[in-house]
Amino acid sequence: MGEVVVITSGKGGVGKTTTTANIGTGLAALGKRVVLIDTDIGLRNLDVVMGLENRIVYDLVDVTQGHCRLKQALIKDKRFDGLFLLPAAQTKDKTAVTAEDMKKLCCTLKEEFDFVLVDCPAGIEQGFKNAIAGAEKALIVTTPEVSAVRDADRIIGLLEANNLPGPKLIINRIRPDMVKRGDMMNIEDMIDILAIDLIGVVPEDEYIVVSTNKGEPAVLDMDSRAGQAYRNIAKRLTGAEVPLINLDYEEGIVNKLKRLLGFKG
Amino acid sequence: MIDFLKSVLGKEAPGSKNLAKERLRLVLVHDRATVSPHLLESLKEDLIRVISNYMEIDEKTLDVQLNREDDSVALVANIPIIKMKRTYQDAKA
Repeated sequence: MGEVVVITSGKGGVGKTTTTANIGTGLAALGKRVVLIDTDIGLRNLDVVMGLENRIVYDLVDVTQGHCRLKQALIKDKRFDGLFLLPAAQTKDKTAVTAEDMKKLCCTLKEEFDFVLVDCPAGIEQGFKNAIAGAEKALIVTTPEVSAVRDADRIIGLLEANNLPGPKLIINRIRPDMVKRGDMMNIEDMIDILAIDLIGVVPEDEYIVVSTNKGEPAVLDMDSRAGQAYRNIAKRLTGAEVPLINLDYEEGIVNKLKRLLGFKG
Repeated sequence: MIDFLKSVLGKEAPGSKNLAKERLRLVLVHDRATVSPHLLESLKEDLIRVISNYMEIDEKTLDVQLNREDDSVALVANIPIIKMKRTYQDAKA
């Protein structure tokens, strides 16, 4: 019996879809059976980030409305045998899917897969409610900005109100150089404010743009720093303990001088 | 010595992250005190029910809201009274 994990954020553009694609691919690379569900009806994107956009025949709405069997709508990834995508509908009405549909769908899928990852749309409307309906665990993606952290806080409250407590935080697009000079909130600042557990920190990485251009998740690139961060998150989801990657900003210039001058170890 | 170095290196001037943190803290005090319109509506109905036992009130202009100041939240109700209920006073007397 697998686990249904929703990836959500409240604010748009913080990297939910990129995160879903990379964690899902990362889990598949670890040998897990994984299905990714794009619930952003009308604005689907997980297919292009995964590079599977040319293979879509049926979508989520076709499944919930019984136009096809679930198996027919699952697109098999070209890189991993155990990785599948259930794309969102692009042209249909977004009221076509209900929370009840999602619950049933997630229940069926977790019988067969180790991980069911649900990519949630931005916002807190019906699409959000649908996406969390069948989930047992939530990952909240935020970036080190006031607006994103504020929305994350709101989502934490809503998840709690919907009986989905204990979400884990992913801090995305952190820039160690800006944190170092005090122009960006650091990890501790955000954990302090949101008061939830951290599951990963992903540094800003130009390679994400390149990987999205290619439709090849960055997690597969051994040189990408963001890819490394996603590999670590995937491992943590399987229960492994992996230390945070060194973002090389813990030691400010004052500390560095202190150390050089022999004030501390 | 350390202080001297800090000042030489210009470390005393805080970056904008402290401002971000402080603004975020304030905005969350307000956000977290938000109640749903549904809750406020049901509170309003209950208030009307209880107060109507004692006095006749103007339900149409009745106004209940949460007022937020910097770091506190208050429930403010403006309930226009049309007249006191004699029946209740009589019963008590």
